[in-house]
Amino acid sequence: MPVKYLDEFNDPEAAQRILQDIARTVTQPWALMEVCGGQTHTIIRNGIDQLLPDGVELIHGPGCPVCVTPLEMIDRALAIAQQPDVIFCSFGDMIRVPGSTTDLFGVKSNGGDVRIVYSPLDAVRIAQDNPDKQVVFFGIGFETTAPANAMTVKMAEQLGLDNFSLLVSHVLVPPAITAIMESPKRRVQGFLAAGHVCTVMGMSEYEPLVDRYRVPIVVTGFEPLDVLEGIRKTIRQLEEGRAELENAYPRAVQSAGNPAAQAVVRDVFSTCDRAWRGIGVIPQSGWQLSDNYEAYDAEKRFNVTGITTVESPLCRSGEVLQGHLKPNQCEAFGKECTPRTPLGAPMVSSEGACAAYYQFRRAAQPVG
Amino acid sequence: MCLGVPGKVEDIWETDGTRMASVDFGGVRKEVCLAYVPDVVIGDYTIVHVGFALTKLDEKSALETLDLMKSVGILDEELNPTFDAR
Repeated sequence: MPVKYLDEFNDPEAAQRILQDIARTVTQPWALMEVCGGQTHTIIRNGIDQLLPDGVELIHGPGCPVCVTPLEMIDRALAIAQQPDVIFCSFGDMIRVPGSTTDLFGVKSNGGDVRIVYSPLDAVRIAQDNPDKQVVFFGIGFETTAPANAMTVKMAEQLGLDNFSLLVSHVLVPPAITAIMESPKRRVQGFLAAGHVCTVMGMSEYEPLVDRYRVPIVVTGFEPLDVLEGIRKTIRQLEEGRAELENAYPRAVQSAGNPAAQAVVRDVFSTCDRAWRGIGVIPQSGWQLSDNYEAYDAEKRFNVTGITTVESPLCRSGEVLQGHLKPNQCEAFGKECTPRTPLGAPMVSSEGACAAYYQFRRAAQPVG
Repeated sequence: MCLGVPGKVEDIWETDGTRMASVDFGGVRKEVCLAYVPDVVIGDYTIVHVGFALTKLDEKSALETLDLMKSVGILDEELNPTFDAR
């Protein structure tokens, strides 16, 4: 067992105990998917995939919000950001995500007013401070950022701000799990569900998936020991022939989630079909602004037309996002495609699988 | 942006009818919205996503997580996103 990796756990002995328990339990190969890109980074940073018994494979899931934001929406964002009198606000992760011809960083370099904000509320404040400008916030993400993004339009309404709008491209985890399980190429036998998504939404949406597909789903945290515990619980279910919904992250997830956040999200957003970059349209897998809040919809306020999307012909991020290809199996990995010159979004984001491999596994495979 | 960061609530006030707080993330203070955690009080630890507290967390877990995030360099990346982060 590579000691180098175990030393990097905050509690190496606990990690060793869980790994030994997994090794004792496993009798056959299993393929598990960690849905969330934050978990992917933990797995690659700590070499968890290489500490597991032979035959236990971790398939990296599509849970990187900037990676799956559709190219058409990125191009729309770039077009809006280039307009005079617009202050375009975004999470930092989105700044270098390539559009068809440029990225938000490029727009800023060419004189566009693009600003990185820590919180969506910062964008509301910018709108208050700049009444003569149109302030647009790029509201992307999974269920974790939705409560924050939803609150911006509530506040804009309350403050009477008519110069604030939201460009919404939200995606949802449960429909993505459905799409993966319905795929003819599916290999996934168990899921580590994204802990903080369940902190918001609770666990009930996953019960029907467990029942329909007879697949274990274990709500899992993001730290190395959390991920190991999620893997242990999933493998135990598989070995015992069980398919259940389990919570391996009870310190942050209650089964009902956060009802106050759910109420606001359900008021501000409505469910819609959503294209996932590299994957395609997944039915009912997104949130858009509901009719009551369409006055704050940047898509409607800035009627951008004539978008022609062009993906890099070298980039295979769609296969990476669906777990069909490991990042370092792509011919462009580390050559034409690096975090400084990304061909696809997964090389940019702190949740992207390609970025994780580039950062922690660029050279030859470490001891293992 | 997708990672939740635990922090300690140091101060609470209201802005335009919304509960706001000053939250300490291992030495870095940020303004955080408490609209979704009505029972959080000063001294509590909470998990914060992009400026919004989403759930309470016990102190021991919070401090362990903060240490870990600091040691691998993701605390600064999450809290202070800039144009030259990469």
